[in-house]
Amino acid sequence: MSSKADILASIRKATKGRKSAAQRRKDVEARISEHPAGVLPEGPRTLAQKTKKFAEKAKLAAASVDIVSAGDEAQAISKWLRDHNLPQTICQGSDARLKKIKWPRRGGPDIKTGPSDGSDLVGLSHGFAGISESGTLVLTSGAQNPTTINFLPENHIVVVDAKDIENDHETVWQRLRRRYKNGKMPRTVNMITGPSRSGDIEQTLIMGAHGPVRLHIIVVKGATNAARKSRRA
Amino acid sequence: MVEVHSPEFKENSRKALKDKQLQRALQHVRGNFIDKRAKSIADLPEFEALRDNARDIKNHALEHLDLYLEAYEERVVAQGGHVHWARDSIEARGLVLDICRKVNAKTVTKGKSMITEEIALNEFLEKNGITPIETDLGEYIIQLRGEHPSHIIAPAVHVTKDQVAEDFKKAHTHLPPDRSMDEPENLLLEARGILREKFIAADVGITGANFLVAETGTSVIVTNEGNGDLTQTLPKVHIVMASIEKIVPTLEDMSQILRVLARSATGQEMSVYTTLSTGPKRKTDVDGPEQYHVILLDNGRSNMLGTEFQDMLRCIRCGACMNHCPVYHSVGGHAYGWVYPGPMGAVLTPQLIGVDKGGHLPNASTFCGRCEEVCPMRIPLPKMMRHWREREFERHLMPSGQRRYLQLWAWMAKRPAIYRLATNVVTTGMRILAIGRGRFKKFLMAGSWTAERDLPAPQGGTFVSQWKRQRPEQVR
Amino acid sequence: MNEKLRVGLFVTCLVDLFRPSVGFAAAKLLEDAGCEVLVPVSQTCCGQPAYNSGDRADTREIAEKVITAFEEFDYVVAPSGSCAGMIRKHYPLLFAGDKALEKRAKALAGKTYELVSFLTEVCNVTQVEAQYDGVVTYHDSCSGLRELGIRDQPRELLATVKGLKLSEMKNADVCCGFGGTFSVKYPDISNSIVAEKTATIEDAKPDLLLAGDLGCLLNMAGKLKRQGSNVHVRHVAEVLAGMTDKPPIAESRRDLRGSDG
Repeated sequence: MSSKADILASIRKATKGRKSAAQRRKDVEARISEHPAGVLPEGPRTLAQKTKKFAEKAKLAAASVDIVSAGDEAQAISKWLRDHNLPQTICQGSDARLKKIKWPRRGGPDIKTGPSDGSDLVGLSHGFAGISESGTLVLTSGAQNPTTINFLPENHIVVVDAKDIENDHETVWQRLRRRYKNGKMPRTVNMITGPSRSGDIEQTLIMGAHGPVRLHIIVVKGATNAARKSRRA
Repeated sequence: MVEVHSPEFKENSRKALKDKQLQRALQHVRGNFIDKRAKSIADLPEFEALRDNARDIKNHALEHLDLYLEAYEERVVAQGGHVHWARDSIEARGLVLDICRKVNAKTVTKGKSMITEEIALNEFLEKNGITPIETDLGEYIIQLRGEHPSHIIAPAVHVTKDQVAEDFKKAHTHLPPDRSMDEPENLLLEARGILREKFIAADVGITGANFLVAETGTSVIVTNEGNGDLTQTLPKVHIVMASIEKIVPTLEDMSQILRVLARSATGQEMSVYTTLSTGPKRKTDVDGPEQYHVILLDNGRSNMLGTEFQDMLRCIRCGACMNHCPVYHSVGGHAYGWVYPGPMGAVLTPQLIGVDKGGHLPNASTFCGRCEEVCPMRIPLPKMMRHWREREFERHLMPSGQRRYLQLWAWMAKRPAIYRLATNVVTTGMRILAIGRGRFKKFLMAGSWTAERDLPAPQGGTFVSQWKRQRPEQVR
Repeated sequence: MNEKLRVGLFVTCLVDLFRPSVGFAAAKLLEDAGCEVLVPVSQTCCGQPAYNSGDRADTREIAEKVITAFEEFDYVVAPSGSCAGMIRKHYPLLFAGDKALEKRAKALAGKTYELVSFLTEVCNVTQVEAQYDGVVTYHDSCSGLRELGIRDQPRELLATVKGLKLSEMKNADVCCGFGGTFSVKYPDISNSIVAEKTATIEDAKPDLLLAGDLGCLLNMAGKLKRQGSNVHVRHVAEVLAGMTDKPPIAESRRDLRGSDG
C-alpha cells in the first residue's frame, strides 16, 4: 500500500462507524463552504473607533503609526525618513495604490520598483487590510507587493486605508475570498503585528531579529478611488 | 530518531537540579511566561469561550481527519504545490533528501520546527552532505552548541547570555575577538548578520507548520523573528514538514485557535508574523519559491485516534503546560530525554518512543493540574498521564519493589479490620520511636523523604480508634 | 425543617494516621454548623495511591467499599480537597460503563464535599467562633483548588477568626511538590519544588502556615523544620475550630520548649 493509503486507512479504522460515510463527507463539505466564524471578540462599531483601536494596538506591538488625510502620504513618508536619518530611497512593488501617492516633482525619494534583494534600507507596501483587534496588518503577495519587501529592509513602511481596517480576522478572510475567488489564495498572506523581535536570549525582548527593526504604519483617512475600487473588487 | 535518554530521567533530573547555570536560566521561565500569559488573558473576556471553540474545532477536525487531509491535498495541488505522505521518520527524511538532491542543494535553511527534531532531520542531512542551518535565534544557538531544544517555543531557554557569547566567539572566528558581546542586542545583531547571508545563499528552505488549512490548501507558520519567512521566501524550494493533526477546516477555524495560541505561549495577542503560504510563486510574482512541497507525517499519530490519547492530538505546541509545570521548572527540558518536554511531552513521548522507554515521564508529575488549567486546547494532561501509568501497571513496568509495596497497601486498604490493626501498630510504634519529638530527621523506609526533609511524627493513636473510644454512639 | 444533616466524616488516611486532631476539629466545625457527625469505622482510604499508580482494579475495589460505607449519609465530608476530589471527580469515571456502580458512584460524588466548602456552601456558615493571635499564610492545595474550586471559602472564614491576620504568599496556588507517591518516587524533584515553596512562605513572614490537605502540610512542615524555620504549620480546620491546643505539625511540646537538638 502507498503511504497515503496506509495513513488514511489507519485514520479510518479509528473513525469508522460513528457516522455514515456520506454524512461525514456532507459535514466536511458544509464546514468548508459555510466556514462559521465562531467566537468574535467585541470590537468597535465606527470607522473612527476602529482606526483608533488599530493604532493603539499596533503601537502596543511596537509599531509606529501615523494617521494622515488622503493626499498627505508623501509628506508623511518623507518626514518619517528624515526623522530617522534615513536616505530618501524606497523599494516598492508595482501596487496601484502606492503609485497614487503624489510625490513632489522635485526632492521626492528615489523609488526602486521590484522585490528587495536585501540591500534596501526602506521598503514600502500597501496593506490589504488592518485588524483593529490586535493592530495586525494583512499583506498579500504578488508583483504589486513582493514578500521580500516585508522582511529584508530594516525599515518597513506600510500604507493602509482606514476603510480597509476591520475589527477581526474573520472579516478579512471574507474579503480575501471575494478578491481571490474559488478557494484560491495568493502565494503568501502575511499577518504582521509589529516589527521583528526575539526573546531567545535570557527571555530579553530585542527588536529586529531577522525582519525589520522598525515597522511604520501610515493609516490614510478618506479613501482614495483606488482603495474604494480594490475594496469592491 | 533523536537519541532517547528518557529512561535515565532520574539521573538526568538529579544532574539538572545540581546545575547552577541551568537553575539560573530556569528562573526566567518561572516568572516571565506566566505573568505575560495571565495579563493577556485578563484583557480578553472571550478567552474561555475561545478555548471551548478551539477544542471543538480540533475535535471536529480529528473526527474527520481523513477527509480534511484529502481536501487539503486537492487544494495544494490545484495551486501548483506537491503533497507527499510519510508514515514515519525514515520516509519523511527520504522525501526531504529526494527533493534536495533534485535541485542539487548544498545548504538548507530551517525555520523552527519540532517535528524535524522528532525525525532527527539535521543529523540525517549532514550525513548526506547537505548542511542544515537553523535560523530561529534560539535554534541557531543550540545548533552551535550541538544540543537539542529544551523547550518547544524557547529552545535555548536553558542557555545563559554569557554562554551564548562564548559560543558565538568560538563559531564566528572571522569577527574581531575583542568585539563587544556584553549585551543581548550585540549577540542578536551578530547572528542576524551571519544568518542573512545564509538565507540568501540557501537552496532549499524547510519550515514546520502551525496549521494546515483544508479549505485553501494553506500552510501556516507563526513566528516573532521573521526567520521562517526568509527561510520560505528566498530559496527556490520551500518544503513544509507537518504532522497530520495540524489540519483545521477553514481560515476562520485557524483564527479562532490563533487567538489562544500566542496568548498561551508568550502572552502576545498575536505573534509578530503569522504567515499563510499556498503553493509556489505565481506566474506574475516577482519573488517566492519556485517549488512548494508539503510532507505530511504520521509517525504514530493515526494510532492515537480512537484511543484514550486522542485528545493529545489537539495540542498546538504553545508550551503553556511546561511554562506552568513545577517539575519542568525544577529540571528543565533536557531531563525529559527526548524531543518533547514538560506535561505535553510526558503524554506524547511514551506514544512515540514506547512506554517502556518513556515510562518515567508520565510518572514524574505531582498531578497538580496546572497544565490542564492553562492548556488552551483543554487537553486533560493529568488524566492521560494516569492512563500511561495504567498501561505500565498492566505491563508490569513499574519497579517491582514499588509494585509490591503498593499491592500490600491496597490489600490492607480493602480489609478494614486488618488495616485498623496495622495502622494502630504503626502510629503507636512511630510515636515510641519519636521519643517525644514532633518529627524524624531520619526514618527507615522513608529514607528518600528524609534525605532533605523531616518526617512529621504522628500524634499517636489513629483518629478512628480515638473516636470509637470517645463517641461510641457516633460510629457506623 | 429542623432535622439535622447526617454527615459521614471521611477522615482520610493521613489524618487518621498522623493527625487525629484534624478529624476532631472537622467534627466540631460540622457540629457547630448543626450537623450530626457519624464516622464509619470501616473506612480506610479513598484509593488515590492505587489510582495514581495505574492500579485501576484495586482502586475500584477500594472505591466500592467507600461507596458502601458512606452512601447512607446525607453528605460525606472530608478535611481534604484531594480525597473529596477523588470521590467527586474520579469515582464516577472509575465505574463508567458499569451501570449499577456508576449510578451509586455518581450519587456519592454528588453529596461529597471538602470540609470548608461544605461549611460555606451547604451549611451557609459565614463566620466561626475562634481566636488566633498571629499572622497566617494560606497555601492552596492543588486538588481542592483546581478540581473543586476552593480558594475564597477558607479565606472568608479565616477573616472571621479574631486576632488573625492573613499575609498572602506569592504563588499560593503553586504546587508544594508533595503529589502523593511522587514525593517518594522522585524525592529530589519534590524537594526542589518544596524548597521553592518554603521560600515564598518565609517571604510572607507568617507565624503559621495553613492549608486544607494534610499531605501538603506534612511535606511543607517537614521542609520548613529541616530548614530550621520558626513558622508553625497546621491544618486550616484546627484554626477555624479554635482547636490549636495540640502542638503544630512536626512539633511536640518538648520541641516547643526549645530543647530541640
